[in-house]
Amino acid sequence: MRRLLFLLPVAMFVAVAVYFLLALNPNRDPTLVPSALIDKPAPVFDLGGLDGGKGLALAGFKGQVAIVNFFASWCEPCRDEHPLLMGLEKKIGVPLYGIAYKDKPADTEHFLKELGDPYDAIGVDESGRTAIDFGVYGVPETYVIDKQGRIRKRFVGPLSESAIAGELLPLVQQLQHS
Amino acid sequence: MRYVFALLLLILLVPAALAVEPSERLSDPALEARARALSEQLRCLVCQNETIDESSAPLAHDLRVLLRQRIAAGDTDAQAVKFLTDRYGDFVLLKPPVEPATYVLWFGPIAVLLLAAGGALIYLRRRKAATPAAPLSEAERRRIERLIEEDG
Repeated sequence: MRRLLFLLPVAMFVAVAVYFLLALNPNRDPTLVPSALIDKPAPVFDLGGLDGGKGLALAGFKGQVAIVNFFASWCEPCRDEHPLLMGLEKKIGVPLYGIAYKDKPADTEHFLKELGDPYDAIGVDESGRTAIDFGVYGVPETYVIDKQGRIRKRFVGPLSESAIAGELLPLVQQLQHS
Repeated sequence: MRYVFALLLLILLVPAALAVEPSERLSDPALEARARALSEQLRCLVCQNETIDESSAPLAHDLRVLLRQRIAAGDTDAQAVKFLTDRYGDFVLLKPPVEPATYVLWFGPIAVLLLAAGGALIYLRRRKAATPAAPLSEAERRRIERLIEEDG
């Protein structure tokens, strides 16, 4: 019993050391905010489209897994992410929707004309209100929505090849078969 | 010289830069005061160590306006804050709520203090209770004297 008491400080040290080891992991980003909406119904929205576009509404998602990508023409990381989005829809087999965050429609159009349009449909969220309902705090952000219309995952910042292959694809496949 | 001094004084009197823009303010001072008090407790998600009251990030502006809209529409303070935590989670609260997940955060320091105080108390008690060493016997004293003499 006595000896166990002497081990207590050692045990506390080990606990603190393990905590620091995890918290100081270089791959961990402490500024990343966990989404409050995981497994909750996606917020209802009905956004107008770009010139000649049909717009985007949650009501149109029903029954299918979908990817929603918030982007803006003024957002540099979105430009970096763009080439990965170009082939994405074909690769994952579910619709990829874009929501233009706080962007003038003309600028969005110019951006897509320059780099190509990877989206199945685009909603214009000039006020940023829909983004706030999703809990977006910086573009780009990407959400995975399941067949029941619930948000299942959020990616903060530009998608990477490894995030697509390692997280997005497996999740979409799993959601499609469930 | 006097003007320079006056200018310096003026600069000192300017309150810390406020991010709240005049156009954002509510016309009702009571409601505006509530909005201010609330926004001082809410974290800006872009510059994460600032409140939305201090931050000049566009998102902070949007959230300030939204908060004022909710309050003007008759929300209680709790409802207005819940509107934001529903979207951004407890992360936006600069003062985290007391709940099982935050017990360690709230009560950890007190627990460590109590643990240390308890340990110190046990240690001190034990030291006091230890019986003082028995005084030297006559034979021992004589032996010491002899040893000291021998040494000298």
